[in-house]
Amino acid sequence: MAAKDVLGRRGEDLAAAFLTGAGYLVVDRNWRCSQGEIDIVAVDGVETVFVEVKTRSSVAFGHPFDAITAQKLARLRRLAAAWCAANPGDHRRIRVDAISVIAPGDGPPQIDHLARVF
Amino acid sequence: MAIAHTRAVALFGLTGTLVDVEADISSNLPSFVLIGLPDAALNEARDRVRAAATNSGCPLPNRKLTVNLSPAALPKHGSGFDLAIAMAVLAAAGVISLDSVAGVVHLGELGLDGRLRPIAGILPAVLAASRAGASTVMVPFGNAGEAGLVPGIRVVPVSSLRDAAIWHGGELEPIVVDAIESARVDEPADDVLDLSDIVGNEDAIEALTVAAAGGHHLFLLGPPGAGKTMLAARLPGLLPDLGAEDALEVSSIRSLAGLPVGASLAVRPPLESPHHTATAASLVGGGSGVIRPGAVARASHGVLFLDEAPEFKPAALDALRQPLEAGVVSIHRANAVAHFPAHFQLVMAANPCPCGQYGATDSDCVCTPHVRRRYLARLSGPLMDRIDIQLRVNRVTAVRLRLGDESPSITSVAARQRVTDARAAAAVRLEHTPWRLNSQVPGPWLRSRERRLSPATTTSIDRALERGGLTMRGYDRVLRLGWSIADLAGAVIPTPDHIGRALYLRRAL
Repeated sequence: MAAKDVLGRRGEDLAAAFLTGAGYLVVDRNWRCSQGEIDIVAVDGVETVFVEVKTRSSVAFGHPFDAITAQKLARLRRLAAAWCAANPGDHRRIRVDAISVIAPGDGPPQIDHLARVF
Repeated sequence: MAIAHTRAVALFGLTGTLVDVEADISSNLPSFVLIGLPDAALNEARDRVRAAATNSGCPLPNRKLTVNLSPAALPKHGSGFDLAIAMAVLAAAGVISLDSVAGVVHLGELGLDGRLRPIAGILPAVLAASRAGASTVMVPFGNAGEAGLVPGIRVVPVSSLRDAAIWHGGELEPIVVDAIESARVDEPADDVLDLSDIVGNEDAIEALTVAAAGGHHLFLLGPPGAGKTMLAARLPGLLPDLGAEDALEVSSIRSLAGLPVGASLAVRPPLESPHHTATAASLVGGGSGVIRPGAVARASHGVLFLDEAPEFKPAALDALRQPLEAGVVSIHRANAVAHFPAHFQLVMAANPCPCGQYGATDSDCVCTPHVRRRYLARLSGPLMDRIDIQLRVNRVTAVRLRLGDESPSITSVAARQRVTDARAAAAVRLEHTPWRLNSQVPGPWLRSRERRLSPATTTSIDRALERGGLTMRGYDRVLRLGWSIADLAGAVIPTPDHIGRALYLRRAL
């Protein structure tokens, strides 16, 4: 595993723990299909939430949110539809969230959660 | 999250409007939206503000920022809104005090390092803010002197975004930076051009003094080397110092044109002498997007000198007719109208023909009569009609030069004193009228029952009128000149001699 993948994996773990702590129920992680991958699928009350997690070790090359582009969000929206088709259930209300994790090698990580970014 | 608002000034011509700058931070992915009709330079403020804030140690929040410039329908130009945008966003983010920011008008352009750059048009912008009732204005350090010229408003000069944030209660450690200075003003060397340099052209000096006293437009006709340019360049030296209001207007125009203003108001009347290739737009002002003042506006309350007047494009010359009449230039664009003051005194100089020698005693003209007539016909009748003094200037002869050595001509300072006294006399006479100078007085008022001169005084011009040598409009112009000459002579009312000399000043052509 490359260092960037280790960092990404760690970020996703931190994000999942953060969501659980906030009362969300994480139902799926790293769900893949031919179109790509969803980092986290969680349930918040009646809403199904698709979460894009972006992790960086510092902001030297920009804030993680800056790397979440309109194209990436559009793909996540398509993936959400594919996930709903593959996982039957009540998915009448869905939303897309973004979580940034700044995880320096030394020191505690900073987690920032934006709801309804799309 | 939060919303904050502050104020800036949008300039259109010399007219400034207070603009509300509102910033909203919403929980969404980072983006920066600027709305409210910004032009290209203003739209780039987004990138300047973000970089400047980061480099000043108070980065903008990583959220969606929406900045609205209100009234949204008013077009806004240039980089002077940078500081207001940055302050509104930082206040919305909770870095600095909302209340403190809301009470201050912010003007200034940001550099990427967070330092504030001086901008053009500070003086009219601060003036507009003051007239709109603002109490405090924050300006770049380099504009502090200029902003301080406006009375009755507190000016806060800051040299960087960080300093501005600290002033508004931001909890940051001050960092000393080198403030960006505005261009240095070369103090105008007063009285370098003195009237006493002129030798042997007493008629012309007298005409120049009359023009200065009455505010009359002046046309000088003569062969090359007769001293027309030399004379015209000395006219501003004869004009009295500008009053407070006029000085503010002159400095405002300078500021708007991007010329250095310095820490004191311009008290001497300006001189503008555009080259004869000037276009109509460069004379009256114009431009797409930002409307810039032309030579006419820069010469307001001073002298507009057109050397080699027939060489100007006829369209450019005729563009002067409306400003000459109205004292204001209105430039219309699809989205707004800009007004500039145009109370200038016009001085034109011309050769009598293309070779320049026609009428000279010491050399022969080689132009055909047709060419000669065509040359001066380029100055249109309606334009010449507005010029009170039309004087022929001749080359100085050796005899006059020798005589001139023995009786040195009057200095500019002495002539200015005569002009000031004459203007004071005219002001007393015109006290309860809308006019201040003889050149502004309409003919009917001069010919009214109370003002009418005795028939004995006006014999010479009455006869010229009867013979058709003088039009009715020309008659009124001679009367106006007569009053100016009488004011200079300290007479209560023009004498036949004054009217005769006035008639002489009309007789160049």
